[in-house]
Amino acid sequence: MEISTHDLWTVLHGMGFGALFMLAFSGALAELYRMAAAGPAGQPSSRERTLLNFYLLAMVILAWFTVFSGAYVVYPWYRAVPPAGTTDLAEYPRRLLLSSGKTSEWHNIGMEWKEHVSWLAPIAMTMVAYVTWKYGRAITRPRQMRTAVLGFAIAAFVATGVAGAFGAFLNKYAPVRGGSVIILLEGEQ
Amino acid sequence: MSTTQNTARSEVEIPNGPGAAAILAAGIGCAAMGILAFAGDASDAIGKALNFYNPTGTLSGVTTLAILVWLAAWFLLNRAWRARTVAIARVNVAAFALLAVGFVLTFPPFMDLLQGK
Repeated sequence: MEISTHDLWTVLHGMGFGALFMLAFSGALAELYRMAAAGPAGQPSSRERTLLNFYLLAMVILAWFTVFSGAYVVYPWYRAVPPAGTTDLAEYPRRLLLSSGKTSEWHNIGMEWKEHVSWLAPIAMTMVAYVTWKYGRAITRPRQMRTAVLGFAIAAFVATGVAGAFGAFLNKYAPVRGGSVIILLEGEQ
Repeated sequence: MSTTQNTARSEVEIPNGPGAAAILAAGIGCAAMGILAFAGDASDAIGKALNFYNPTGTLSGVTTLAILVWLAAWFLLNRAWRARTVAIARVNVAAFALLAVGFVLTFPPFMDLLQGK
C-alpha cells in the first residue's frame, strides 16, 4: 500500500479539510436555526453556546485550511506546464483536460469556478462565527441579523458544495499525480 | 438578578453596529473576489499583475487582494459602527446583493457572457 505525496496532499485538501468542513454544515445549520428560533425551547444553555462557538471556530479553521491548501499546494501541481514534446500528460491535469474537447469544459467551467467560488465559504463562515460568538441569541433581536447569519451560512454551504463536487469530478478525470512515494504497508506478494 | 437574566440583558444592549460591519464586510469581500476574478479573466494585463505567486498564477493575486479588501472593509466599518445601532435590514440587502455579485462573477459562463465571448 503506497501513496504519492501529491495524492496525499490532494486527499488531505479534499477529504481531510474540505469534506470535514462540508459535513460540519448539517450540525451548524441545525444549531444556528435552533438558537435563532423563537420561544424558550430554543434557548441554549451557556455550555451549549460555548460548544457552538468552538464548533463554528473549528469550521472556520477547516475552511481556511481547505482553500489555502488547495490554492497553494495542490493547484500548482494541477496547472503545471509540461516540458516541450511531452506526450504523456498524466502528470499535467490541466493540460490533460484541455487536450480534448470532451474534457476541456471540466477545466473551463469546473476548475475555473471552483478555484474562485470556494473562497466565498471561509469569508462567509468567519462572519457567521464572529456574529454568533458576539451576539449569541441576540441575533434574533431584530431578526435581520439571524437572516444574515443563516443566509451566509447557506451560501457558504453552496459554495463548498460546488467546489467539492467539481473537485471530485476533476480528480476522477484528471487526478493530480506525482511526487515521491510513501509506502504505508507492504503485503506478502 | 440571575446570571442568565444578566446575560440576556447584555446581549440585547450590544449595539448591532459591530455585527452589521461584519455582515457588510463579508458581502464586500465576496464581491471583491468576484470582481477581481472577472478582471483577471477579462484582461491579460490585470491577470499578469495579479500573478503574485507564479505556481498559483492569477488566483494568488485575486484571493490575496480580496482578503485584504474584506479585512480592510471590516476594520473600517467596525470602527465607524462599533458603538452605533444601524439599519440592519438595509445592511442585509446590500450584503446579500454583494454576495450574489461574488457568486455570479466567479461563474465562468457569466464571465464569458459579460465579455461577449
